[in-house]
Order: sequence, then structure tokens, then C-alpha cells
Amino acid sequence: MRVRSLLAASGVVALLVLLEVVAPRVLNPYYVTILSRIGIAVIAAVSLQLVNGFTGQFSIGHAGFMAIGAYASAALSVFAGAALLDAVSQVVPLSLARIAYFPLVLGFGGLVAAVSGLVVAVPALRLRGDYLAIATLGAGEIIRIAILNIDVVGGARGFSLASPAHPAIDLRFESLAGVFGVAVVTIAVIARLVYAGGGLAFRAVREDETAAESIGIATTRVKVEAFLVASFFAGVAGALFAHSEGYIHTNSFGFVRSFELVAFVVLGGLGSLTGAILAAATLTALPEVLRGFGEWRMILYSLLLIATMILRPQGLLGQRELWPISRLGRGAK
Amino acid sequence: MENLLQQLLNGITWGSIYALVALGYTMVYGVLKLINFAHGEVYMVGAMAGYYAAHALGVAGTPSLGALLLVLVVSMAACGLLGALIERVAYRPLRGADRLAPLITAIGVSLLLQNAGQLVFGADPKFFPALLHSEELVRVGGIAVSNIQVVVLATALALMAGLQYVVQRTRFGRAMRAVSYDAPAAALMGVPVDRVILGTFVLGSMLAAAAGILVGLSNPKIDPLMGLMPGLKAFVAAVLGGIGSVPGAMVGGLLLGVIETLVTGYLSSTYRDAIAFVILVLILLVRPTGLFGAPQTEKV
Repeated sequence: MRVRSLLAASGVVALLVLLEVVAPRVLNPYYVTILSRIGIAVIAAVSLQLVNGFTGQFSIGHAGFMAIGAYASAALSVFAGAALLDAVSQVVPLSLARIAYFPLVLGFGGLVAAVSGLVVAVPALRLRGDYLAIATLGAGEIIRIAILNIDVVGGARGFSLASPAHPAIDLRFESLAGVFGVAVVTIAVIARLVYAGGGLAFRAVREDETAAESIGIATTRVKVEAFLVASFFAGVAGALFAHSEGYIHTNSFGFVRSFELVAFVVLGGLGSLTGAILAAATLTALPEVLRGFGEWRMILYSLLLIATMILRPQGLLGQRELWPISRLGRGAK
Repeated sequence: MENLLQQLLNGITWGSIYALVALGYTMVYGVLKLINFAHGEVYMVGAMAGYYAAHALGVAGTPSLGALLLVLVVSMAACGLLGALIERVAYRPLRGADRLAPLITAIGVSLLLQNAGQLVFGADPKFFPALLHSEELVRVGGIAVSNIQVVVLATALALMAGLQYVVQRTRFGRAMRAVSYDAPAAALMGVPVDRVILGTFVLGSMLAAAAGILVGLSNPKIDPLMGLMPGLKAFVAAVLGGIGSVPGAMVGGLLLGVIETLVTGYLSSTYRDAIAFVILVLILLVRPTGLFGAPQTEKV
């Protein structure tokens, strides 16, 4: 068993290295950007699936946590990271320093988002069903408008990841291996969380909250935990987005983006990680694939969305997984 | 003081438009338990239908009350049809499916209407034809009351009174209330549930169309994305009043309009959009069923 997981891990690393080295040489930069956006969408979708699909709580404000992760990490990079990298680069090569720095900044984005997730979750989770959904929608919009009114991070002008004091330091981090590496970690963490023995608690809350409570599951704790983990990874996704695009604007994190994330999880199948991954990748790539249709492309996109939902109301995969991802839960308590 | 009264008047006028849109959200929620996120787009189509109708009927250059009424009727009819179409194509096939599936088709329809609007109408804002000459009607103690404000308020109030009559006094209204109370039981009593739901969509969409025209009158720049924010805020108004409650939507809309105008006038205009959502979160935490909603006890 140990040998197999070692093999699997080295396989993943090999694939990531291959992606990092080969993709930018074969594909034009436009496709590389799309790939990177797919990776980010997958992280956000999988994290939302934990709340919406596995715990049965309905959040439609997930983009708000992405916004917090994006802006917090970007602010850290611009106001402290650039100076830090500049100082460290006197001692060690800049490229090495950058590799050590970016996991830190992603973690920071995730942590800040997780704290805000806790602030939203504790009062909001007293609500159920539609009312919870509406509250998360409101929270997401409040986050967006609040950031829009903070002038230090650009406000309505948007926020560019460049430090005027250290113009030589490139704060952007375009790495497919980075994005997909984080995506693999996200998927593994959440799969382990929901498919390990203790993960049954999430699904129990989804199926029947009252019954779950009556058999001794601390439902509030389970729900808060789901929210916390989900907002952490949403924040990481936001931080990745900020550092790969190099420029962020609150318009990227409005309720339209939140709805898109909800579409990923519902279309993929509520309660299916592989479904969410599949839907996130397809729906992110689809507008680009349809580019040949010119101005009809978004019309086709929306028609496809409606038609798929009508033909498969349970989502593409329902609650099944395409790949034995649930094995990741084995051995965990 | 005069300024305050002026702001109040503006707020009520703006709020009456929110109220008309909020009614559509609340009625559909009542009968289907569905948050119809495409409703803001129906309001946008209402304004556009009015734009095209005014030009096609040749009344765009001749402002009069008759012209306004004509355009209003045409646009309401068009949106009534649109509402029926949306319900038939996007929601009815999902009756009985998971409750989240229609939420996604609602988002799909909303995207579709926005993009179709951009294709047909163009992405740039256009000016709604002046169906009425703006003039100051009376000035009471420093408060200017324009004829447009009077017309907007009068139309909105008339439509709400009409709706109240339909809901409370007609067979259809009784059926609607029955479905909203308990759909399976209503079906057992012989209420044609699907037809009632269709009728509810038509009614709600007609009110949204009227709101679109009234916005065109008082705030003439219209574009295909104009439904997004007002749609969401009208939904907040519906929650504020108590989602599912018809009088609640009216009061919630007026209240939201007044609060928003006051905040813009006295505090800060940049937080204008945030205030609606702050109200939303507060009301959900304090009284999730809104001002007029009855608290529900959970059955085990």
C-alpha cells in the first residue's frame, strides 16, 4: 500500500513537471492562460462542493472568499513581499526565493479567507436552506463592495501586482505546475476529509440535519468546519488567480462569478468531486471553444447550460465519482 | 427638512419600482419555492420592449399619457409572454427534480437574456424615448414634485392595487394562494397547479415589464445589463418584506428605495450598493422570515 501511494505521488509530480516544461513550449500563451484558469476554477469548485454537495448547505457567495484571498495575498506581495524578495535576493538567487515565497503567499490568502469564512459562517449557519443561500449571497456582495471602497488596494481602478518601490521584482507567478499542484492538494485534502470515516458526518448533515443531531453529530461544528475549509481553499484559488493574472478587479468576484461556481457543482453533480472537476474544466473551457461562433458564443453557452440541466437534473455524475477518488479516504480516521 | 422630504419622495418613487420587481420574486417563490434569478432580466426586457414599441408605434417623438399607456400595455404583454415561455421551457421540465436544478436553469436564462440583449440591442446604453415631458407639477414648501414622479407612483400603486385584487378576490388568486400554501394538497383539491404556476409567472413578468418602463421614464439610460443589480436588490426587498408575502414585497420595496436614497443623500454614495445587502444580512439574522412572513416551525 505504501509503495503504491509513493508511486502515485511520484506519478503526479512527474506529470506536473511535464506540464510545466512541455505546455509553454507547445501551446501558445493564450492556451496556457486558459489551462491555468481551469486549474483555479477546479480548486474553487472542489472547495464549494464540500459545502454545497457534501454538507448540503447552500452557499452562493463563494466568490467573495476568492476576492478576500486574492486581495489579501496581493496586498501582502505589493506592500511587503516585494521588499522581502528584494532583500533576500541579495543573498540567494531570486528565482529560488520566489519558489519559497509563493506557497507562503498562497497560504496567507487562504488563511485570511478562512478567518472571514468563520466570521460569515458562525452567524449565517443558524439559517437553513434558502435563507442561508441568500445570506451568503449578501455576504459575498458586501465583501466585494467593501473591497471596492478600499483605496489602498486600488478601489474601482483595480489592483496591479507591481511594487513601485521595487520595480525589478516580478510579483507574478505563472506556473502550471504551481496551479495544478495546488489543485491536486485541494482535491486530496477534501477527498480525504469527506471519504474518510469521519467524513460521513458531512453527508449525514446533508441528508437529514435533525437525524444527524439526534445520533450525536455536532452539526454546527461540522457545518462550520466545511465552511472553514471551503473558504480557505477559495482564498488560495483567489491568491493563485491574483498572482497568475497580475491584475485584479472586484468585478471578477461578483455574484456572477459565485453563480458560475454554483453551476460547476450542481452541473457536475452535488456530492461528486470528479463531477465538480469535470464541470469546472468544461464550463471554463467552453466559452473559449465557442469563440468561433463570435457574438453567439455566450448565447450558445447559456443554452447548453439550460439544456444539460434539463436533460440531467441530477448533474453529470450525480453523487458518483468517476475515479476511485474515495480511496484517498482509506487509512484516515 | 425640505431636503429630507425631497429625498423621501425620491426614495418612494424609486422604491415603488423595486416593489413592482420584488412582487414577481415573491409570487414565484410563493408557488414554486424557487428564487427566479432570471427575473431582473425580464425587467430589462420590459424596458427594451418599451424602447422598440415606442419607435415602432411612432410615439417616440410625441410625448403624451396615451403614448405611455400604449407602450406600457405592449411591453407588459410582451413580457407576460416571455415569462410564460421561460416557465414552460426552463422550469417546468424540472418540476419534481432537485430544488437546485431550476436555480441553475434560472442562471442560464438570465445569462441568455443578457447576451441576447447585447446581440439585439447592442452593448452600449441607449436612451429611452421621452414618453412624457418632464415638468415640475407642484412645489410644496420647497419640495419639487415632477409629473414623472406622480405618474410613476400612480402607475405602481394602481398595478399593486390591481394585483391585490387579483390575489385576494379572483378564482385565480385563490388558486394561487392555495398552491402557495400547500401545492400537493391544492392539486388534490383539483387546482390545476401547473396552470397556476404559469399564470403566476405571467403576472410577475408583467409587473417587471411595467417597472422597466417606469425606470425608462425617470432614468432613461437603458442597457442589456441594467437588470442585474436592480434585480438582485428587488430580491432583497422581497426578503425584507418576507419572501412569499405579497404585501411584504410592496412594503419591502418602498422601504429599500427610501433607505437607499437616504444613505446616498446623507452618508456616502459609494456604499449605496452595499446598504441593500447589509439590510439583507441583518434582517436574515434578526428575523429571517422578514417583516410580513409567518415564522415556520420545523416538523420532524
